[in-house]
Formats: sequence, C-alpha cells, structure tokens
Amino acid sequence: MALKTFIEAIRETLAEEMRRDSSVIVLGEDVGVKGGVFLATDGLWAEFGDDRVIDTPLSESMIVGTSIGAAVNGLRPVAEIQFADFIFPAFNQILSEAARMRYRSNNGFGVPMTIRAPYGGGVHGALYHSQSVEAFFTHIPGLKVVIPSTPYDAKGLLRSSIRDDDPVLFFEHKKMYRSVRGDVPDTEYVVPLGRAAITHPGTQITVVAYGLMAHYALEAADVVADEGISVEVVDLRTLRPIDKETLLTSVRRTGKCLVVYEDNRFGGYGAEVAAIVAEEAFDYLDGPVTRIAGPDVPGVPYNHVLEDWFMVNPEKLADGIRKLAAY
Amino acid sequence: MAVSRKSQTALAQSVGLTDVDLLAMFRTVALARAVDERMWILNRAGRIPFVISGQGHEGAQVGIAWPLERRKDFIAPFYRSIATCLAFGMTAQDILMAQYAKATDPSSGGRQMPGHYGNAENNLLSLSSPVATQMLHAVGIALAAKIRGSGQVALTTMGEGSSNQGDVHEGLNFAAIHHLPFILVIENNGYAISVPAARQLATPNVADRASGYGIPGVVVDGSDVLACYRASKEAVDRARRGDGPTLIEAKVIRLTAHSSDDQQTKYRPEQELAELRSHDALPRFRDELHAAGVLDDEAEARITAEIKAEVNAATDHAEAEPDPDPSTAMHWVFAEDWPSETPPAWGFGGGHGLAGHEGDASAAEGASD
Repeated sequence: MALKTFIEAIRETLAEEMRRDSSVIVLGEDVGVKGGVFLATDGLWAEFGDDRVIDTPLSESMIVGTSIGAAVNGLRPVAEIQFADFIFPAFNQILSEAARMRYRSNNGFGVPMTIRAPYGGGVHGALYHSQSVEAFFTHIPGLKVVIPSTPYDAKGLLRSSIRDDDPVLFFEHKKMYRSVRGDVPDTEYVVPLGRAAITHPGTQITVVAYGLMAHYALEAADVVADEGISVEVVDLRTLRPIDKETLLTSVRRTGKCLVVYEDNRFGGYGAEVAAIVAEEAFDYLDGPVTRIAGPDVPGVPYNHVLEDWFMVNPEKLADGIRKLAAY
Repeated sequence: MAVSRKSQTALAQSVGLTDVDLLAMFRTVALARAVDERMWILNRAGRIPFVISGQGHEGAQVGIAWPLERRKDFIAPFYRSIATCLAFGMTAQDILMAQYAKATDPSSGGRQMPGHYGNAENNLLSLSSPVATQMLHAVGIALAAKIRGSGQVALTTMGEGSSNQGDVHEGLNFAAIHHLPFILVIENNGYAISVPAARQLATPNVADRASGYGIPGVVVDGSDVLACYRASKEAVDRARRGDGPTLIEAKVIRLTAHSSDDQQTKYRPEQELAELRSHDALPRFRDELHAAGVLDDEAEARITAEIKAEVNAATDHAEAEPDPDPSTAMHWVFAEDWPSETPPAWGFGGGHGLAGHEGDASAAEGASD
C-alpha cells in the first residue's frame, strides 16, 4: 500500500492497462511527448510509442468518432478530452453514435471506449475551464458515467471502465489531481461500475455527493457532527447506472436527503437523485429533498471573489445540512 | 452463351476480372434496382411506412465495393447504400427485412428506420441519421487496422451534401496525417434533398478538396461501373500498400425523390427529370456487357427471372416474420442487463394504440378530423 495523488493513480492505471492489454490505446490533444496538460499521460508515449499514444489535431469530434471506429475494429481506446468544457464538439458522436451503437444494431456492434475528461471549478478556470458537464451525459441511456473522488476509486474505476464493453465517460475533478492523496494497493483490484460507497456513516441526514463534493461532504459532516447532527455521506462514484439500492437504503434509514453538486442547480444530476428519492422513498422522508448546487449563471466567473461566490464549499454545504436537520 | 469460370473477354481483361465477375456485378446492380423498386411498390401499397432509395447510385456502388474483400475490409455505408450492402454480403432478404422492421431484421432488429443498413457479420457498420458521422468511424476502423497490422481497408460513403459536415474535414485531416488505409467515397447526385450542389459547395467537385489534405481526389462517372471499379481498385491497392487515403467522387443521378415523403417535382426542372434515365448505369452496363460478348438475351432473361423470384421470396419472408416483442425493448442498452433502471409504468405489453404501419401519418390526419 502506497500513498498516491489522484493523478498518479490515473497515470499508473493507464500504464498498467496498456501493459496488460495491447489493444488499449490513448489518444487526445498533447497526450504524447508532453504527457497531457495535467500530465495524466506522462511517460506513456516513451513506453508505448507513436502507435498507441497518439497526439491528435484539435478535433474533439474526431477524437471520439475515431475512437468509436477503433473500438468497433478491436481496440480499447482511452480518449482524453483536454477539458470537459471542450467536449461539446464531440457531443453528437457521443450521443448519436457511441451511446446508441449497441442498441441500434441490436447488439451487432459495441463500443468499448473510455473518454477521460478533467472537469470542475475552483481552479481559476473561468467559464470554459471549470464546467461540470455530467448532467448532459447521464441523461443518455447507453453511456456509463463515472466520477471518482479518491485515488483508490480512481484506479479501481478506471480499470473497470477500460475493461468495460460499453462507452464510459470518466470525469476527473482537476482540483483533486494533486490536492487529494490516498492509499492505493499494488494489487490489480477493480472497483465495479454502478456501486456507491458510504464514506461516512450517520443516522439523521443522507448527503449524496460525488467528485470534489464528496470531500466537501465529509468536511461538512465533521463540522455539523460537533453540533450533534449525524450525517451519512453516500459517494455515488458511478452516476449512471446509479446504485439506487445504496442510495435508497440510506435515505430510508435517515429519513432526510440532501444532494450536493457543483454544476448549475437547474436540471443538474442531483435533480434526478431528488426525483428518485421522492418517488421511491417518499414514505420515509421527514423533510424536503434538498439540493445544494452551483448558481444558475452560464459559467464560473474568473475573478476570485466571483468564483468563490459560485463554488459550493463545506461551509455552504454545512448550512444546507443545518436547515434540513431543523425540519 | 456459355460463360465459363475462367473465360475472359477483352472487356474483362481490361479491368483484370473474369466474365463471371462481370456477370456477378451486373446481377448485383440489377438486384439492387429490383429490391429498390419493390420497396416503392410496398410503400405505395401501404405495406411499409417509409422508403429511402438508392436508384441511380447502384452502378457506382457496385463498382466501388467490388475490389474490397468481404468479411475482412470494412464499409461504413449511408442510407442509399443498398447496392453497396448487396455487393458486400447482405442479401435481398436482409434489405427487405429492414423495410418491414421485423424482429429478425439483421440491421437493427426493427429498431431503426429503413435505410440504416448494417451487419456485423459482413463488416458493414451500423449507421445513424445525422449525416457524415460514419466518416470518423471508418477512419477509426482504419486506424485500428494500421495499429493492429490487420491489412484491412476501411471505406465510407455518403452524398455530396453530407460532405459539408465538419466530421468530414476532421476525419480526412487525421486519416491523411497518419496515412491510414481509408477511402472516402462521395456519391454526388447533385442534390441534398432539394438543394442543388451549386448551393452546397463553391468548387465544381467535392474531390477538389482532396488536395487540401495532401491526398488524391478522383472524379469518376458513376454511370460507368467499370470506371468506378478501376478507381476503387487503385484506391484499395494504395491503401493496402500503406500509401494512405483516397477521395473518390462518383457523379451519380438520383432517379427518385429524396424519400417517400418528398415531392421532387417541386424543385427539379422537368427537363432534368426527363433526361435522367439516359445517365442510368443499369442499361449502360447491360449494353456494355452485351457488346463485349459477356451477356446475351438468354442470360439476361435468366438473371432477370432469378432476381424476380429472389425479390418475391424475400418480400414474402419479410412480410411473414414476427414484429419485435416489447419485452426485448430494453435489451442491448449495454452488453449486460440494465437492471437498475426503472422500466416504464406500463410494463412491456404491446398494442398501445399505434397498430399498423400507417399509424403515425393516418393517426395525425385522423386527429384533425
């Protein structure tokens, strides 16, 4: 067991999977000799060469579209979109093609492809280097959407994603790349897709979180614990397929549910969590399902005062927990 | 006339094929036309809801598909690719099954509209309706072929209207950079639904763009089957040698409206429509084979009768096959089951109102009564 940063876990997993399976390739912008703008692919080009680590032109639709074709013809591409904010030129390829290929061909063709993309704010990235884009993709049947919060989960979930026979979007919060460390075993473990984890047991309120917010939820849980509020944190880890069983079991036990997400509040992923809880755990609820989420402005503003205003943080989250606890 | 397995007229010799090959090509062009004409009859008879046609493209499609190796190479087709699919291993029955969208339709099990042909067994990639997306899939297939050293060639085909999509630029650029074994075919019939080519591109030929990517761009007469064959053979050889992609533009004609929901007399001049048939590859190829001594009246009559029987049998079969069962409608979202998702409140029973093909259109009219 070794202590590793989040990005070290990502980088090691890519290298290990490429060593294990010669059909795994990596492609994206600056992923080659530079090793990626965040260095997630650092060292891969030196070890695996031009054929398997491909610096692409600035063509996101092409990155995804050719990955789909390569996946159809026997490879397991891991495509990097440099920032999640830049994924939209590829949206048609992801939505109309990757997600629908197996269904529309009645299982004739599958697309074993992973798309990695750094997401999230709080890094002075402004409107176009800060977005949380998960809700656009969790809406689409045929895609799996993963957002890990720890180096352990990042490694285990990335392994599962690369080995999965269907397209997976794997979002990595860029603020966590070097700020989050954790124990990572040297074994070839996997974390299965579609399973949430209870990262902080509690009895009075279920806080549902993922990514950076899963860390803030733990901090907020500690803050309110001193005030006598017992919070259970459910880290979803995979957003779709969602682990309803863990979610609903927790809410039925605590009777209260707060969903936290960094994305704009309206129509965000947490809205679906709230709907599931309202429909399937209504009889157990002692308060309204509550959302703590980003404000509904078209992007994260650059100035640090405005950025701080936008971002959910442990204090804002603790306030939300207190209000819900008072019901 | 007895065409033996190895007999080679001067015409066959000129393209490096045998007379048997030429007859098989002719049969495929004629079969595609017969299947297509059957589709329209079935549509007008109210048996199938929608038709999108390949009439006028068949000669180019057969000529171009012929040099590729079945079940090794890949084709990412488009919605007019009936002859391409027939030339690459699908059958008349496979095409008819897609028209009826039956459970056993090999393209999609009845999930896609007609025209979305594809079949894993024959390396014909499933396609969607947003045009030109398949461009990048074929480039990716070629990328995998190169990385794996499989010796495969990937070809995709589309109309000149589709060629204006950004994916075409992105794909050609990448394929050219990496010298991928890739062929882009543009079947230029002069119209993107109603918009003529002059309103779609500023150059006379889509192939003129090839030089911008540093690859060969070839214009070929789509009514000349063997010219199309030659252009394709050269591109396939080049791709297999590792010399990179080729853009082939075949000038074809669109003999029908865009689809069964289109009225082309609204935007095509009468004179143009009247002259169309003089550019049809089917009679031209037939006459060419007659003149070369490959085909005679007796052989042609036999082929025509065989095709008629084949299309009749395919229609009967497709008509008799079962519709898909709604209990299968949530299958194959993923390779495994999709158990955590909520099925609809109404379960998986069938028969919720929209029975029969006429469903949508007639229901809409009925609603306004």
